[in-house]
Amino acid sequence: MDLRKIEESVFKFLMLTSVVCVVGSLLFILGTVFIKGWHALSLDMLVKTPQGGYYLGKEGGILNAITGSIVLGIGATLFALVLSLPLAVYLNLYLRKNSRRAFIMRFFLDVLWGIPSIVYGAFGFTVMIFFKLQASLLAAIITVGLLILPIMARSMDEVLKTIPFELTEASFAMGATRLETAMQVVLKQVLGGLVTAVLISFGRGIGDAASVLFTASFTDSLPYSLFKPVATLPLAIFFQLGTPFPEVQERGYAAALVLAILILAVSIAGRLISGKFTRHVLR
Amino acid sequence: MNTPARPHIMTEHLTVHYGRQRVLQDISLAIPDRQITAIIGPSGCGKTTLLKSFNRLIELQENVRVSGKVLVDGENIFDPQIDVTRLRKKMGLLLQRPQVLPMSIFDNVAYGRRIHGCKNRRLLGEIVEKYLTMAGLWDEVRDRLHGPASQLSIGQQQRLCLARALAVEPEIILCDEPTSALDPASTQHIEQIFMELKKDYTIVIVTHILRQARRLADHVLFLYLGELVEHGPAHRIFDTPQQARTRDYILGIIS
Repeated sequence: MDLRKIEESVFKFLMLTSVVCVVGSLLFILGTVFIKGWHALSLDMLVKTPQGGYYLGKEGGILNAITGSIVLGIGATLFALVLSLPLAVYLNLYLRKNSRRAFIMRFFLDVLWGIPSIVYGAFGFTVMIFFKLQASLLAAIITVGLLILPIMARSMDEVLKTIPFELTEASFAMGATRLETAMQVVLKQVLGGLVTAVLISFGRGIGDAASVLFTASFTDSLPYSLFKPVATLPLAIFFQLGTPFPEVQERGYAAALVLAILILAVSIAGRLISGKFTRHVLR
Repeated sequence: MNTPARPHIMTEHLTVHYGRQRVLQDISLAIPDRQITAIIGPSGCGKTTLLKSFNRLIELQENVRVSGKVLVDGENIFDPQIDVTRLRKKMGLLLQRPQVLPMSIFDNVAYGRRIHGCKNRRLLGEIVEKYLTMAGLWDEVRDRLHGPASQLSIGQQQRLCLARALAVEPEIILCDEPTSALDPASTQHIEQIFMELKKDYTIVIVTHILRQARRLADHVLFLYLGELVEHGPAHRIFDTPQQARTRDYILGIIS
């Protein structure tokens, strides 16, 4: 047989294998969580906070962790967004392509991206102690915000890099300032990509356990103050899977299922919303 | 048309480097008011660089160094006192490939006026209609003003870009090979509009199509390898070129 044809089919096989591996492992994870957790998933799980003896398998649910995670996720995402968007715009519209400053900033962000979340947790904890603060929603928002900041900033940066030079040039040629060009032309063109960057970061932040272990602590009550500890789904999963009782472990899987569904729902909603704003995007 | 009108743009010893490469060398010229000036010359001779020096868009390029002067209405545009957004407002720009903005047809035309402070919706509506009509596009798009500009054909997009440029009420229109991506019918359309516009605007057009320069230009600048070889009224450059290089280029011997 023709060597080129063999080549072609070998590579096709490799590509299909990796597609199957990726899609398969996603389905496998979701399937496992679903099978192990859906028995324990009840309305009570979703609408009640843990009652006395919940962690021994008695009454209650994980509403504390669901609401806590949502509040923490939104807070940390907003915190990171406020810092990431100006940073990404600065890198792409204010600095030249091969500027030294941009190179250094991207390098720092890449290093920050690689730091494990437990290190962020430990760092947040140290800072908290320094300021004599206790573990709280605020401390967790800041810590998780810093954790997802490099992810969001670099994803936005990559999205903004795709802006054609001619587009910004056309805007500048009409006497627009850099800010007008950024806010009224560039952001319209890349809004979909920016929403994706925010969603990726949200998913990463809401699902992280190590960074909130010391900074958010855990509580059985609903989040009610920025300065009080807050419950999160990752830690709810962690604590429940750590108990010796099968029915509590099952609830851990149910909590994992809730977390996965939550992230999925936010992603889908985000896509639908950003789709409405991409009518004018140039392709 | 033989006597040069009041110069609208002048350069004095303009030299431009990209890094170590010299792209324009000691260019001194005058571009007459309310005429069509064509910049001709082979590819890579610095035509676009010269054009983009007039509104300081070359400053967006990497490692660019400019020396000498560019005077627009007698003001040196590289003077630190000059507000670059005001300078650019004076000049509309048409690129080789029309670059519409990611917004509706209406917003494309209104964009320039909005950033320069016009908020009145009714006035914006009038402006959009006026300049779309001027660019010969109004009848084709009047029913879909709020549809995406990116769905127009390339020829329509170029006329939209022209309307967008005109809406800012510039005095000068700079064009970088504005018809090279267009089909013959659209090209003819754009050229007709230029002939109309030159009553009120100074038009500078970079072109590598000699026949287009013959059809449109009142005044011609011939650039070769970053040097201004010859400039003058179009008929003189085309009929009795003084320089051997100009003659060779027009006859198609060098390119």
